[in-house]
Amino acid sequence: MINLVSRADELLESKAVQVVIGYEAGSTGKARPAFITDPSKTGSLIFDDRCVQNLAVYLTKKEVRYFGKAAIVATLPIMRSIMMLISEQQVFAENIVVLGVSAEGKYIDIAGIEVMQQYIATCDLGNPAKDQETLAMLNKMSTQQKFDFWQKELSKCIKCYACRQACPMCYCTRCAVECNQPQWIPVQSNLHGNTDWHILRAMHLAGRCISCGECGRACPVNIPCHLLTMHMADQVHNYFNVYAGTTDKMSSVMSTFEPNDKESFIQ
Amino acid sequence: METTSKTIRKHSLEKLYASLAENRKMYAPVAEADNRIGYKYNPDFSEVIFDHIQSTLSVKNVVFPRVENVIFYTNNKNDSTVTDVDLNKIPEVVLWGAHPCDTAAYDVLRSIFCWDTKDEFFAKRLEKLVVIGLACHKSDAHCFCTSVGLSPDSTKGSDILLVPLTNGDYKAEILTEKGNRILTDFSGLFEPYQDEETKLTHVEQQFDHKQVTQHLKEAFENPFWVENSLRCIGCGACAYVCPTCACFDIQDEAKGKNGKRYRSWDSCGFGLFTLHTSGHNPREVQSQRWRQRILHKFSYMPERNASLGCVGCGRCSRACPVDMNIAEQLQALQSI
Amino acid sequence: MCNNIYKPYLMQIDQIIDETSDAKTFRLKFKNPEEAEKFTFKAGQFGEYSVFGEGESTFCIASSPTRKDYIECTFRKAGRVTNALANMEVGDTLGFRGPYGNTFPIEEWEGKNLLYIAGGIALPPMRCVIWNTIDLRHKYKDITIVYGARSVADLVYKHELKAWEEMPDIRLITTVDPGGQTPDWKGEIGFVPMVLEKAAPSSENTVAILCGPPVMIKFTMPVLKKLGFKDKDIFTTLENRMKCGFGKCGRCNVGKVFVCKDGPVFTNEQLLSMPMEY
Ligand SMILES: Cc1cc2nc3c(=O)[nH]c(=O)nc-3n(C[C@H](O)[C@H](O)[C@H](O)COP(=O)(O)OP(=O)(O)OC[C@H]3O[C@@H](n4cnc5c(N)ncnc54)[C@H](O)[C@@H]3O)c2cc1C
Ligand code: SF4
Ligand code: SF4
Ligand code: SF4
Ligand code: SF4
Ligand code: SF4
Ligand code: FES
Repeated sequence: MINLVSRADELLESKAVQVVIGYEAGSTGKARPAFITDPSKTGSLIFDDRCVQNLAVYLTKKEVRYFGKAAIVATLPIMRSIMMLISEQQVFAENIVVLGVSAEGKYIDIAGIEVMQQYIATCDLGNPAKDQETLAMLNKMSTQQKFDFWQKELSKCIKCYACRQACPMCYCTRCAVECNQPQWIPVQSNLHGNTDWHILRAMHLAGRCISCGECGRACPVNIPCHLLTMHMADQVHNYFNVYAGTTDKMSSVMSTFEPNDKESFIQ
Repeated sequence: METTSKTIRKHSLEKLYASLAENRKMYAPVAEADNRIGYKYNPDFSEVIFDHIQSTLSVKNVVFPRVENVIFYTNNKNDSTVTDVDLNKIPEVVLWGAHPCDTAAYDVLRSIFCWDTKDEFFAKRLEKLVVIGLACHKSDAHCFCTSVGLSPDSTKGSDILLVPLTNGDYKAEILTEKGNRILTDFSGLFEPYQDEETKLTHVEQQFDHKQVTQHLKEAFENPFWVENSLRCIGCGACAYVCPTCACFDIQDEAKGKNGKRYRSWDSCGFGLFTLHTSGHNPREVQSQRWRQRILHKFSYMPERNASLGCVGCGRCSRACPVDMNIAEQLQALQSI
Repeated sequence: MCNNIYKPYLMQIDQIIDETSDAKTFRLKFKNPEEAEKFTFKAGQFGEYSVFGEGESTFCIASSPTRKDYIECTFRKAGRVTNALANMEVGDTLGFRGPYGNTFPIEEWEGKNLLYIAGGIALPPMRCVIWNTIDLRHKYKDITIVYGARSVADLVYKHELKAWEEMPDIRLITTVDPGGQTPDWKGEIGFVPMVLEKAAPSSENTVAILCGPPVMIKFTMPVLKKLGFKDKDIFTTLENRMKCGFGKCGRCNVGKVFVCKDGPVFTNEQLLSMPMEY
């Protein structure tokens, strides 16, 4: 812990970064994202089991960018998000410093993108075990059962878009649900509109979802919408042998043509 | 109307519920998966719960549904027609077991939907609604009704308020004509109230809302907003779970020639909410939207709608994915 | 159903005028003569115009309340609804609900000079009040209209500009941005604020009505101040995003002010007391 705080302190003190994005204690026993600009305040940084939010979402946020260069506390999913954001040219490597945290919650020194890439390569990149189990259970169901499961879940959706807003990969300033010429997705939150929304979201995240689970965590009505994108991540791995967010030069699986593609329909 | 107090024995509640359910739709709280509470139409009485703290979603949807169709039409180039919605088809509903914050929220919604021109959709739904409130004997750290002028046994918005008694029965406060009609119709189920001891939770007051409103008058340019909303990700969760948020969008949806126009929930927290056609956005960044949220509820509404825009239910704080805690912020705003 | 505030009147397109490459004016007549009979509005008000199947859009009523049997609107193609409107033909039906909002206080202006300043597509909101005051010409002293657009092709209401030009008791100054002129352009060349400063109308017993894009407003205000106009004598309109038009959808507020109810017409004095949310 000392390391995270002292490193943050050092970076702010030397003006190497203008803000440190990390976690601090929140209300009712929760942890919350923190933005520290004053070196004397780094002491409030924490890291423990409660620190689960994907902080990479803030790297594309206007008001956070106003600060300038940022250091960001990053667990594996956050590191992978950063790799995706760099690959998709939303974030520039030279504008961020990564304060790595291992699965055990220990500070790890990430001196640069190569180091991060090497670290990611040593990790298990599949979906979290608990989610993979649920997915396996769902995959055993008949098509009708699966459909019923999702219709029941999606009927609860109130289209608050917390899932989208919480996801670092959903950074578009004008989301496809907001395009109205044509109106791809019905605005209202009825079963039809909700289903369309989640199909669209899953497709747009295929090959980009880094399995952090933040979307499902953010949902105020507990729809496990992360299972949809995690399933896509799983499929992408099966078909293309690719995990998202492993390098800073990921090409988009869904929009890149490779001559040695397993599928032949395009040739 | 003068209010009367009665006692209703635990075993009579089920009879009351069944009698009301005979010719009305019941809307009552039930336990859901993952320790959550939700409201359901016509649940069996055995499913209905009496000891919940708070449902995830509020009950505003009874009077302000997620989607309200406002007109139907046929588009025939030079001979289009518009058909009205038949409001008489709106069913009579009994809202059963809603807590005082949620029932008080109906007054707040009325102050928005009927402050000037009357919104008949809202008004009719409210007219067809009987509210049987349930005072709280449990609360959590997010509840702050007592800071916004309410209390665990506040009667606002209820036709009858059930207050739990230590002996397991309920005191029934008959508050309105609608409530009185139920008392008359089912008088056999009610007994005289004998000053039996009530069982209520205690909710600590965290701030003085009048002082907050006063301070907000000069707070528009305060750096507080940016400092305290950096983590807000601009979703609609807080507004959609909120019992008093009433902002809506109006949209058309048609299949071929036939279509409808509806109003559906919206939120001032969304980036595109105020975007002008020119591309100019008066609320460009999230801190401006968070400021709107607080100012609307605690400054503009008291002034324009003569009601505070918050009933202290704490839902927004429970639902927020990044722990934006409204009570905490209001407490800080009290002394800026 | 008693009173559905969302239900539009059915209107028929009586006439379409192509104003510029992307702006059109519709003259609309009520399908139901009884509704036409009962309908009244005042200068400055707006309405929600709808294409069934596409949605509603906010435009001001561009015709004068003194012209009784129709209303007009001028719109620029911008998005879903305005594009659908642009594809409509004479005889087609559309929806209209309104009028909403406050009005220009033309009774209070009686006996005063009027100075209208408009830029680009912002003439429509003003056209209504211009005609309104011209139709009641005897009640006002000098009327001056300064109207500018990017180029000659972007000037709207060309036929009316001509009519105003020919009226002996109206002073009309038209201008286009440098480079926007055509060889036969006889008006001024230059931005509205400069042209205004050159024309130097007196602020004595005069109200200024100013509508245009934010940049134009920003640079015209100081000129008006220099000419001696007081904030309470400068009128303008706001165009915050709107949905309902009657103070419920929560979209248009500037601080505690509902633009759809307390506006869209504001004096500069009022604007200065409001937060910058427009
Ligand atoms: C009081 C008032 C008076 C007005 N008077 C007039 C008038 O007289 N004449 C006139 O022409 N206009 C007027 N306007 C402006 C007019 O209301 C808008 O231009 C019109 O509503 C656009 O509607 P639309 O459906 O065609 O556009 P929309 O489909 O809503 O799109 C408008 C613009 O926003 C973009 N857009 C749409 N949706 C989104 C989204 N989700 N995210 C990002 N961008 C998006 C579109 O690409 C487009 O550029 C007035 C506005 C007000 C408030
Ligand atoms: S798990 Fe959800 S939030 Fe995380 S990257 Fe995938 S889609 Fe985005
Ligand atoms: S967060 Fe949940 S309720 Fe909100 S849009 Fe996503 S799935 Fe729907
Ligand atoms: S306060 Fe929380 S719930 Fe509300 S918009 Fe911000 S992140 Fe979403
Ligand atoms: S603002 Fe929050 S606490 Fe207040 S009524 Fe709405 S959801 Fe409840
Ligand atoms: S807080 Fe925002 S969403 Fe809620 S009613 Fe006010 S303006 Fe509307
Ligand atoms: S347009 Fe809906 S409140 Fe003003």
